Amino acid sequence: MTVHREVLTGKHLMQGDVACAEGAIAAGCRFFAGYPITPATEIAERMARRMIEVDGMFVQMEDELASMAAIIGASWAGAKAMTATSGPGFSLMQENIGLAVMTETPCVVVNIMRGAPSTGQPTEGAQQDVMQSKWGSHGDYEIIALAPASVQEMFDLTIECFNFAETYRAPTFLLADGFTGHLWERVVIPPPEEIKTVERKKPVVPPDKYLPFKPDEDLVPPMACFGEGYSVHVTGLTHDELGYPKTTDPKIQRELVNRLCQKIRKNSDRIIRTYEFMLEDAEVAVVAYGIPSRSSLSAVKMARKAGIKAGLLRLITVWPFPEKKVEELSNNVKAIVVPEMNCGQVVREVERVAKETPVHFLSKIGGEPHSPSEIFEVIRRAAKT
Amino acid sequence: MTVIQEFEKHPLAKYLRLERFPHIWCEGCGDGIILNCFVKALDDLGVNMDKLVVVSGIGCMGRVAGYIKCDSFHTTHGRPIALATGIKLANPKLTIAVISGDGDLFAIGGNHFIHAARRNVDMTVICSNNFNYGMTGGQVGPTTPLNSYTTTTPYGNIEHPFNLVHLTAAAGAVYVARWTALHVKRLTESIKKALQKKGFKFIEVISPCPEIYGRRNKLGKSIDIMKRYRQISEIRHGYDPAKAEITREKIIVGEFIDIEKPTYGELLQKQFLKIQKKMIGG
Amino acid sequence: MEIRIGGFGGQGIIRTGLILATASCVYGDKNAIQTASYGPESRGGRCRSEVIISDEDIDFPKVEHPDILVAMSEEAYLQYVDDLKENGILIVDPDLVPNQRENLEVRMYEVPATKIAEGLGKKIVANVVMIGAFAAITNLLGVEDLKESIRRNVPKAFMKLNLTAFEKGYEYGKSLLKS
Repeated sequence: MTVHREVLTGKHLMQGDVACAEGAIAAGCRFFAGYPITPATEIAERMARRMIEVDGMFVQMEDELASMAAIIGASWAGAKAMTATSGPGFSLMQENIGLAVMTETPCVVVNIMRGAPSTGQPTEGAQQDVMQSKWGSHGDYEIIALAPASVQEMFDLTIECFNFAETYRAPTFLLADGFTGHLWERVVIPPPEEIKTVERKKPVVPPDKYLPFKPDEDLVPPMACFGEGYSVHVTGLTHDELGYPKTTDPKIQRELVNRLCQKIRKNSDRIIRTYEFMLEDAEVAVVAYGIPSRSSLSAVKMARKAGIKAGLLRLITVWPFPEKKVEELSNNVKAIVVPEMNCGQVVREVERVAKETPVHFLSKIGGEPHSPSEIFEVIRRAAKT
Repeated sequence: MTVIQEFEKHPLAKYLRLERFPHIWCEGCGDGIILNCFVKALDDLGVNMDKLVVVSGIGCMGRVAGYIKCDSFHTTHGRPIALATGIKLANPKLTIAVISGDGDLFAIGGNHFIHAARRNVDMTVICSNNFNYGMTGGQVGPTTPLNSYTTTTPYGNIEHPFNLVHLTAAAGAVYVARWTALHVKRLTESIKKALQKKGFKFIEVISPCPEIYGRRNKLGKSIDIMKRYRQISEIRHGYDPAKAEITREKIIVGEFIDIEKPTYGELLQKQFLKIQKKMIGG
Repeated sequence: MEIRIGGFGGQGIIRTGLILATASCVYGDKNAIQTASYGPESRGGRCRSEVIISDEDIDFPKVEHPDILVAMSEEAYLQYVDDLKENGILIVDPDLVPNQRENLEVRMYEVPATKIAEGLGKKIVANVVMIGAFAAITNLLGVEDLKESIRRNVPKAFMKLNLTAFEKGYEYGKSLLKS
């Protein structure tokens, strides 16, 4: 008797964190390492119960440094691997996130953001780690980050994260907030054959011809994993195409770091996902991501009822930042409104590309998402100027 | 004949990435001896090099991962054991050896070390203990003896050092041994034994650092340090690791712990079979 | 339709919200959202569950002014009663809320859920009694959908007890409507 346990096809009322875990399993994740932390613990708990059912591996590590290290190791051993955490744990992971970038290790890091700095507000949602996810580890690099705004997207975008991680061999982040992580909502899980999953590229040459860090045209090198007979050497040091340390050759450092950035930047059109609502004739555009984008949707509808031509650009991909999209938008509207559950992070990127177009920022910190009327008020003011 | 061609004739050459030589280690360093003993053990056992992964951290000994011709990972400082845990659990068919230094494994990586030992994850950990951070010029470390001089203890060390074998035994390792770089045959045998045994295995190797630690503490040349090892080391198999301290007068070496205990992987496999049976049954 | 359920930890407040939401969006054909808030205590602290049920997509997922308030502690009653919409539905367990306000512009129903549950031998099913009464009073959700949802949300061993609790609550709610 074959029991289908990988994909829980059907209609469910599910918590955001749980949907994330199920999305990971559906994407082929078979290794999870983590450390308990509110409001991400439910992901680890779900994985602890589910991994063994799908012949996968769950391990609770001693801290988040170790969790991040373990998923890098697991990925090199051939598994699709994930960890999940929140602010304090995310800070600890930064060191090995840099290692994952440098060693081009496909892996998924989920951050269910809570109020910060430091221990902050464990049970309250926030969007305060958006810049950290881009710049948190030392050095120049690019990562991919997706921001879900519903429980369905906690499922769908986790799958997308795995697909991006495997395609571009880069750590990929699911940046959700504590509110969405703990939200219960309907999720429709499709049958397995309707779920698109991506596997990492493997070398097509024999071991003696294989250069583990020589990229193909898409700037991504094929990946031989441990135990496959390729004798791969992996190091966090600056390395040549063979993977060997070359730490004092400026050309090698330059080419490597540039390629690590370019493989994301040059493919950004393939990575960027946005959702547009009533932007065709909009004079005021709200640019939002995550849970405030839902308040924004209500606010835009309120504005339309009040005769204001408002629209919404929702960023599903936050990193790489959808520059072209926002720039185009700024050429077509009178004003942009950016609501965030922080003191101003993505708004800096919006301002950078919007140039002359006025940008109204609406900060909300404390744990509650913006109410639609708060955003509507700013839209109304922006429409007048 | 080039140096590389000369190397190629060595019977153990096939285990090394010859293009990476000469290595970075100082003359008289014990790390090369440890590498030598390790590949000799691989040769004696006929280890399948396609299924061996060597993981190391940062430091002089950390460079070893780049010299052995197998899958290898040179990790961030202190994290080789956490990373190796991921490798082993994701693919239990791989044989894992972590080879690193005292600072990497026991200062910045101490937490990962004790927890991997507690979980009894199947890996062999070899620690080159040279009593200081050699690569960065000789700073105090978790094993630096009291009153020793390093660049960050210019007036003498006032921190009590770890007794690594005692620490490891307490954390739950199934095999704990200590040798010096002088005991090449015994060290090789010990590595062989560890590689064949299941669980978390630990071998401490007291290793000369004549250029950095030795110079600052007036220990003489490597040969003098080795002579001293011969004079003061005492083989005591089965000795209580708590008492196996290292002093200026005595170094207790030998196999201290050699027990059987189910590994993390074995216990997981048991649980897995139980759950699978239950799922198929109902 | 916005619903807020307030009480203290250990009463099954969150489970109550989940049962309502599951009935709406898994067994019924409505959309639903459940959010919860609670203190750091595992038991005895304040606890609140909010459910939004709608035929449309639910954009903003938070309850601001509930149409229905279910109060299962005096603290919750006092904290939330003023948020209730004018002419909204207020369902109260009178034994847990002995001191009630007067002259409220609401439709008020008293359901002694805890007492009824004690009569069934298990105080813990008071929340399911309340769900039964809620179903009768509001007529918002299908009875069969709710029963399916209870089956999915409670342990097998207590299924029969919970379904009985639901029936008892439903009967009580109906009787309130008649009077």
